[in-house]
Amino acid sequence: MRTSEELLKIRDLHTGFRIGDAYFDAVDGVSLTLRENEILAIVGESGCGKSTLATSIIGLHDHNKTRVQGEILYKDKNLAKMTEDDFNDIRGLEIGMIFQDPLSALNPLMRIGEQIEEGLIYHTDFNKEKRQARVLELLNQVGIPNPERVARQFPHQLSGGMRQRVIIAIAISCKPKIIIADEPTTALDVTIQAQILDLLIDLQKETGAGIILITHDLGVVAEVADRVAVMYAGQIIELASVEELFANPKHPYTRSLFNSIPQMNSENEKLNVIEGIVPSLMKLPRHGCRFAPRISWVPESAHETEPQLHEISEGHFVRCSCHEHFYFKGEKEDKHHELYANQ
Amino acid sequence: MSFMQINDLKVHYPIRGGFFNRVIDHVYAVDGITMEIERGKAYGLVGESGCGKSTTGKSIIGLEKITSGTIVYEGENVTNRRRDRNSSYNRDIQMIFQDSHSSMNPRKRVQDILAEPIRNFLSLTPQEETKKISELLAIVGMPEDAKLKYPHEFSGGQKQRLGIARAIATNPKLIIADEPVSALDLSVQAQVLNFMKDIQDEYGLSYIFISHDLGVVKHMCDYINIMYKGRFVETGTKQEIYNNPQHIYTKRLLSAIPDGTPIGREERKRERIIVEKNYQQEHAKYFDANGRVFDLVPLTGTHLVAATTSMAQVKEGI
Repeated sequence: MRTSEELLKIRDLHTGFRIGDAYFDAVDGVSLTLRENEILAIVGESGCGKSTLATSIIGLHDHNKTRVQGEILYKDKNLAKMTEDDFNDIRGLEIGMIFQDPLSALNPLMRIGEQIEEGLIYHTDFNKEKRQARVLELLNQVGIPNPERVARQFPHQLSGGMRQRVIIAIAISCKPKIIIADEPTTALDVTIQAQILDLLIDLQKETGAGIILITHDLGVVAEVADRVAVMYAGQIIELASVEELFANPKHPYTRSLFNSIPQMNSENEKLNVIEGIVPSLMKLPRHGCRFAPRISWVPESAHETEPQLHEISEGHFVRCSCHEHFYFKGEKEDKHHELYANQ
Repeated sequence: MSFMQINDLKVHYPIRGGFFNRVIDHVYAVDGITMEIERGKAYGLVGESGCGKSTTGKSIIGLEKITSGTIVYEGENVTNRRRDRNSSYNRDIQMIFQDSHSSMNPRKRVQDILAEPIRNFLSLTPQEETKKISELLAIVGMPEDAKLKYPHEFSGGQKQRLGIARAIATNPKLIIADEPVSALDLSVQAQVLNFMKDIQDEYGLSYIFISHDLGVVKHMCDYINIMYKGRFVETGTKQEIYNNPQHIYTKRLLSAIPDGTPIGREERKRERIIVEKNYQQEHAKYFDANGRVFDLVPLTGTHLVAATTSMAQVKEGI
């Protein structure tokens, strides 16, 4: 990884949704930095707030029902305080977004070429020929064969993988500094997924943009990410470089997740199951370690009362101290006794 | 010994068009599949979307009309047979659907959803039925009071477990699971997979496990069938498929799966590109002029690969 400048700085971000009269924070105190030339993956299960984090950055949430507090600093501007008009100058030009479902993200009544052109019309002063040349260049860049023909086609005439390539072409049309990719390959087959991920890496190397990759798939993370933030219940619970996280996961949640992946060589072993369920937004425990109810066998004294992120080695942050005392149920029974004996 | 044989199964859909809306062509959704199902074994059907794996599952259970081929169940030909509502085939073959939410009637309580197969196939008294429902809920690890709730009151994993409870209510011999965990989160997925394995061991169930996730299939299945364009390109035990893939399509599929570790990802990417290039170049060797997959040729007793006979001989020579 090249050393590089910080592109985006998020400081203590809270994004809450209004339910009844009260706001409930789906993103609860997230601080993150995105650098140039890096792919930062945000991983977590459904409902952990990872997509809410993405929509907060690019301002795509419903303003009437959402409250964004904290700072999202981009070029000394606080995106969290921006109005819709201000956002229009940034979306597409400075920050591009790749959506999960390529069919619903494209307008079914517009030709592919026109849809890619839209951003160029809004953000650049290119004339028509220049724009069309750029459209073909983009289609070529994302690996679409026969760009002239595809530019005249409609979304339904393309396969899922091709549509996702078009979405990527739209996202990079104005050479944004930041690209947010929200589950870009979830709707695709594995062979297509591999192609799209390779494309993302290549584009990132060419343009030097910073990419925020939101996914629930740890396999995808291992293939493309430089740094990884693991989210649980609205908070980042672990943050590390991809090598460090996969070699040395610390937080009980991260370790539990790794143990529940069906491994290629885990055939007849039992998969690890995380006890309990992800609490719903309204029932989130706002104090103490949020993962504590799901590892009930770890004594309460192991958790901090207000868990903080601790840097345990360079660039590797873990929330709460419970990871020091964590063990999987069934292993290390003696450690359990030892802990209780010390109390 | 196998209790079910599927022979050269074909499902073709007509494409209509032209002046009198005549049949002008067919979609070969499933085009000649042969399988044998043994007791207590799990069979994986793997392939990309649109390869016909779900259609295969549906045609076996009778949700899709079979164009040609036979299904023989315990010595009896059950292909497209207009079966009694309570025939033994309907009772013994059950299905778990991908989207458990839409597979349950939202206006019925859990107890009525689970009672449906029981009422159809087992003649129990109301007391016995209540007891059976409680047992089923206990098997899938759900509390007793779940009975009185509606499907929307459960989370995705719980609903999938209810779907499993419904499938095992009649003590089936074979369960066709169509992407049973692909809509679930990782930790919930683990729960459902563990559970499916447990009941398999306990009741000697067979599974036909339809999935696009090779990691899950490897975890669950004894035999794996790789499907492409309605045909098997390679079948074998999971060791044979994973350690010794022969068909270019299998190789391509395996190289595309994320390895779960960041170490060596650059090499994997390079390898992927080589495999992809080979796939494009040697396409003609593995598929006939119409892009159809060749017939299967045995390499070992269990490992079959689609190839021309001459190619198979060459391979045996090596």
